[in-house]
Amino acid sequence: MAKAVFEVPELKQYAEIPAVVPGTMSHSSPFLAKPEIQEPLGFAGALMDDWQEKAIEKMGDLLGKYRSLRVYLDSCVKCGACTDKCHYYLGTNDPKNMPVGRQDLMRKVYRRYFTLAGKFFPKLVGAEDFTQEVLDDWYSYFHQCSQCRRCSVFCPYGIDTAEISMAAREIMDHIGVGQKYCNEIIGKVYKIGNNLGLPGPALADTLEGLEEDVEDDTGVAVKYPLDRKGAEILLVTPSADFFAEPHVDGLIGYGKVLHEAGVSWTLSSYASEAANFGMFIGSYENMRRVSQRIRKAALDLGVKRIVFGECGHAWRVAYSFLNTLAGPWDFLDPRYPVPQHICELTYGLIKEGKLKFDKSQNDDMVLTYHDSCNVARGSRMGDVPGGQFEIPRAIIKAVCNNFYDMDEETIRERTFCCGGGGGLLTDDLMELRVKGAKPRVEALNNVMQEKGVTHMAAICAICKSQFTKVLPFYGMEMDQIVSLHQLVSNAIVLTGQETEDTEDENDEADEAA
Amino acid sequence: MSFVTVVYASLFYIAAAVLIGGLTAKIVQYARTPAPLKIPTTPAPTTQGGVVLRLVREVVLFESLFKGNKWIWIFGWVFHFGLFLVTLRHLRYFLDPVWLPIELVQPFGIYGGMAMVAGLAGLWARRVLVDRVRYITGPSDHLMLALLILIGLSGLGMTFVFHTDIVAVKQFFRGLLAFSVQPLPADPLLLLHLLAVATLMIIFPFSKLLHAPGLFFSPSRNQVDNPREKRHIAAWAKRLEQQQ
Repeated sequence: MAKAVFEVPELKQYAEIPAVVPGTMSHSSPFLAKPEIQEPLGFAGALMDDWQEKAIEKMGDLLGKYRSLRVYLDSCVKCGACTDKCHYYLGTNDPKNMPVGRQDLMRKVYRRYFTLAGKFFPKLVGAEDFTQEVLDDWYSYFHQCSQCRRCSVFCPYGIDTAEISMAAREIMDHIGVGQKYCNEIIGKVYKIGNNLGLPGPALADTLEGLEEDVEDDTGVAVKYPLDRKGAEILLVTPSADFFAEPHVDGLIGYGKVLHEAGVSWTLSSYASEAANFGMFIGSYENMRRVSQRIRKAALDLGVKRIVFGECGHAWRVAYSFLNTLAGPWDFLDPRYPVPQHICELTYGLIKEGKLKFDKSQNDDMVLTYHDSCNVARGSRMGDVPGGQFEIPRAIIKAVCNNFYDMDEETIRERTFCCGGGGGLLTDDLMELRVKGAKPRVEALNNVMQEKGVTHMAAICAICKSQFTKVLPFYGMEMDQIVSLHQLVSNAIVLTGQETEDTEDENDEADEAA
Repeated sequence: MSFVTVVYASLFYIAAAVLIGGLTAKIVQYARTPAPLKIPTTPAPTTQGGVVLRLVREVVLFESLFKGNKWIWIFGWVFHFGLFLVTLRHLRYFLDPVWLPIELVQPFGIYGGMAMVAGLAGLWARRVLVDRVRYITGPSDHLMLALLILIGLSGLGMTFVFHTDIVAVKQFFRGLLAFSVQPLPADPLLLLHLLAVATLMIIFPFSKLLHAPGLFFSPSRNQVDNPREKRHIAAWAKRLEQQQ
């Protein structure tokens, strides 16, 4: 990749709220989707002649379908509580990246066409016609929102900019202005089964390779089954887990945990993708169509449980929406939540004492944990609110000796997005991604300085890919981001596994005898 | 019957009709619009009772705003709580006999009026002084603050400087409730105060004042976090299922 042609933000010891500089990111726009990408998703191929009329019509349709959109567009009082909460604003100074600034791009159109005040007194209430210029702003800035929901935590009315940018993308898709990255990926899921377009044989090959590696490494024959009918668990994981670093180390970890649990499990080549980019583009229909693949795979394979691998927005769709989109799950084992997160499963086994760890295997690292935005603010794990924060940390502490949290203002429900979420993980948005990562990298840098942290664990495929790419811009190493189940994988002692420690213990036992 | 009385009586009937009609229409619209997906901002309560508590904390304490920005919280909360006390104090113009709690709250209502104006002044100062808030502020935001401060100052003005015949004012409003128009004192400050209040009532359903009902309908705040336990599906989404 080319070196930065933009200025990489400077990391500070204390987070600063930058001064407003309008227009710093108005040049940032992702590549447009071509007609052959748009049409299979049910969208217009290119910008329609009567796009303005069609866009307003679509907005009216969405206002009638989504209470969130209607209430959020009406309720904002411009108090300013959100203005310093978006990582993209903090990294770019562009006021249209303040959550309210972004929302107002749609609100001014809503007011013009759907409210009395905007029809009669547009200047007074900031209502504007939907012009080409406004549409260009939409395309630029609604693709500078990673739908991380951080703003919604601090809004007195819970206004969630994600809902508004999803609606905006849905309207733009409808009139033929789609984003190449997201829409191409959704097309690949329909055609091949996953975001990366990995066909079944390639998956089988990869999994076979993993089995060999793990056996060489541990002496234990851990299996990574694909399309095994009658397995108890269907594991659905982001396709990056099949080959990208550090993702694949996480997949190795899931396999070891499931092996130790003694349950039969399988991956599916048909539903070989946990991610659901239908959410990013706000398309209920596409989100549903992608989700239905999981239902079909579960039925075809005859599984009893569904478990999701490490992926942030995938877990939001899985936890919060899967029952809606692809349920009811009455054919699965009612003793387990549907779906279950791999962390919930691992944590449950740890509590039952079924997993044995050698924590010293992770002693070459000092860890911190990055709460992925969609897990933190759009989902849950376990039985109690906040389980999504505690369970991953409990796992890390069970498998590592050295763990420190980052600044409280930047973790748990206040966590910063990695800067690549929401369908922005594409090279044509690299400047945005680097600048948007600043608040998170700043907090990471501070624990590195103060606590000697060397690595950051995450449970999201997008976070892992994003940090691998952007950390070097800040002078850090790309491998400082690790999968949570990679740590589990390092520390787990498989039944029958010969480790250095057990060898030592045997020696000691011999001597004592 | 003076001209002023007729004008103000008509004005308040219109204002009340617009406020009640407009707000009812908005609330019905919000209630009828489905929320097709579970989107509470998590961590969220897992029970209905928990959601009620969450909303109570939002309404009474402005919990999320407190997390967001302490300055806006203190000014905003002082303004709203002041306005609440002022509203309670004003109930004496509509009740006969005046309930004991309303009698007891009278002196606090005056402090409420002061707090209200102070809070509004703080909020307005932020709109001018903080560059981010200045950027998002439009003409209507300034006018709204001006209107509310006008209401507060004209009210305090009558309490401390230019007293009006409040017994007559009470008869006027009691009369309106009974559909029998009684004379309204024609003191300029009173007329200004009432004109501003009627204006506020009229613009309520067409402005950002909709944040009041909006909070109760905000899916990120009012939904129970139980999507795995209970299937949530909107009617229009259900129809998609039947098509296949």
